Amino acid sequence: MSKVMGKQWYRRYTGVQNRGINPQGFHVSQIKFYVFLVPLAVLMLLPIVYIFASAFKPPDELFAYPPRFLVSRPTLKNFTDLFSLLSTSGIPISRYLFNSILITIVTVAASIFVSSAAAYALSKKHFKLKQTLFAINTVALMFVPIAVTIPRFLVIENLNLLDSFWVHILPVLAMPVGLFLLKQFIDGIPDEVIEAAQIDGASDWWIYWRIILPMIQPAIATIAILTFQAAWNNAEISTLYINNESLRTLAFYLSTLTSTTTTGAAAVAGQGIAAAAALIMFLPNLVMFIFLQGQVMSTMSRSGLK
Amino acid sequence: MQTELSEQTSVRVFSEPRESIARSFQKWLNREGSAYAFLFPYALLFIIFIVVPVLAAILLSFTFFDAIQFPHFIGLDNYIALLTQDDTFMKYVLPNTIQFAVIVGPGGYALAFLLAWVLAQLPRLPRTLFALILYSPSMTAGVAMAVVWRTLFSGDQTGYLNSFLMGLGLVSEPIQWLQSPQYLMTIMIVVTLWSSMGIGFLAMLAGILEINPELYEAAAIDGMSSRWQEIFYITIPSMKPQMLFGAVMAIVGTFQAGAIGVTLSGSNPTPQYAGQLIVNHIEDYGFLRYEMGYAAAVSVVLLLMVLFFSRVATRLFGSEA
Repeated sequence: MSKVMGKQWYRRYTGVQNRGINPQGFHVSQIKFYVFLVPLAVLMLLPIVYIFASAFKPPDELFAYPPRFLVSRPTLKNFTDLFSLLSTSGIPISRYLFNSILITIVTVAASIFVSSAAAYALSKKHFKLKQTLFAINTVALMFVPIAVTIPRFLVIENLNLLDSFWVHILPVLAMPVGLFLLKQFIDGIPDEVIEAAQIDGASDWWIYWRIILPMIQPAIATIAILTFQAAWNNAEISTLYINNESLRTLAFYLSTLTSTTTTGAAAVAGQGIAAAAALIMFLPNLVMFIFLQGQVMSTMSRSGLK
Repeated sequence: MQTELSEQTSVRVFSEPRESIARSFQKWLNREGSAYAFLFPYALLFIIFIVVPVLAAILLSFTFFDAIQFPHFIGLDNYIALLTQDDTFMKYVLPNTIQFAVIVGPGGYALAFLLAWVLAQLPRLPRTLFALILYSPSMTAGVAMAVVWRTLFSGDQTGYLNSFLMGLGLVSEPIQWLQSPQYLMTIMIVVTLWSSMGIGFLAMLAGILEINPELYEAAAIDGMSSRWQEIFYITIPSMKPQMLFGAVMAIVGTFQAGAIGVTLSGSNPTPQYAGQLIVNHIEDYGFLRYEMGYAAAVSVVLLLMVLFFSRVATRLFGSEA
């Protein structure tokens, strides 16, 4: 009996099936890939495990020598400390958190509409400059925002956007990668669908709202993730364009934690609080990606640059 | 007679185009207006926050500008100074940037492709799990991670790396990882590679999974036996567009990551300029010394470098090549 089972098992995992790209199940030829991937994955996870562990460590474990990587008696003290803490200028941390949440929600929503409307025009409308404008956007994929920090500052200063809520949002909205991915995805919708709607007398707006948007949900999920990361993790805008402390974000607050607690005992005490804050920064990204990863992958399969 | 005729024609010439300009504008509006209406918000923001800053950087790079007086034109002086007088740039910043860019750019890109290829050989569930693990570092914010790196690489014996190495007996006293010019660059490269499996990596993974399996079967029948042949003759040629997208993302990511040295060491300039990259040089001149014209010239050089490397990638993977 067991001999037959063993034989079946052997044939199942060593035969021609399940070899090569995108297999349905396990095969002995995959073992070498696991041998390579598992140690690498563990190594790459270490810093993230460190954030999780330190965020829940009580003070005596943070001070422990030699330092221990994992937490043995988890506590929420670091989180309660973080939220009862005031920044040096007297702003409660919850204010930074609130700013970050509001800015991120508005940015993600606005970015979806701005990019998808433009992508719809570039993909399905007919006009003379269509190819040129798409080519310009493709060149802009290579744009490195950090290189033009200074002229951007001058532009924002002249538009009177310094120290305003909108300076967090407007510069992030024109995201060439986002437009590019959406346009590629809309290209996949057959023209006949739109022509049929036009014959039935549908307006452009109706087509965009009722046909395009529902059909490109995977691409929208992808843009949402990319914009979310750009907005939620952004500390530069608060540093460069905001002087009013109550308009700054959580990411900015975190960057001040590192510069004030660099040495001695304060550094160790601050570690737990900093790790708690780093965890609050990281978790929303992770949760969003876990839920939307299937949609992201289906968008990425159309991401090719010709 | 003749004057009358010419008057008539001139009147016609004068009035007809006017009417037709209005009419053709109306026609244009009917035909293309809605397209521009959909494009308008994006185009406006694109012009304000991308086109204008780039043009301003180019213009400013030909001026002397200290942020107080109005910029005045000095021709190519900034570029000449950059090439002939800026010792820091030539001795540290440029070699550092090239070293960093070559290892993190092509190195990270090759690693991303290799990992994507390996993941594609696994069934769906483990593949998704590993993809999530490899992608998750790219979701962390640079500034948030500074907290983590400073503890892991802390210079006294309480630092994790020092404690670990001393426990193994490999080093006898703690090493100032982030403050010593010897190690800073290596750590910068490791940290950047760690967080570089972003959307370029996902695009390549998706590209590999999209390839028609019949291509591999046909090749196997034709006698192709090694995995390496498969990669170079089937996988890469079949997913050139994703390879190019991944390459552009790798190049941009590499130059965008330039602030890492300052984040890690906590100072600009970095200790003995060991981790000084072109982005830090721009910040140093622009925001610390207020020589904005000069900083703009360095920005233009940076943008040209990105453009140049992207052209190389297009040559390698572009469809016209």
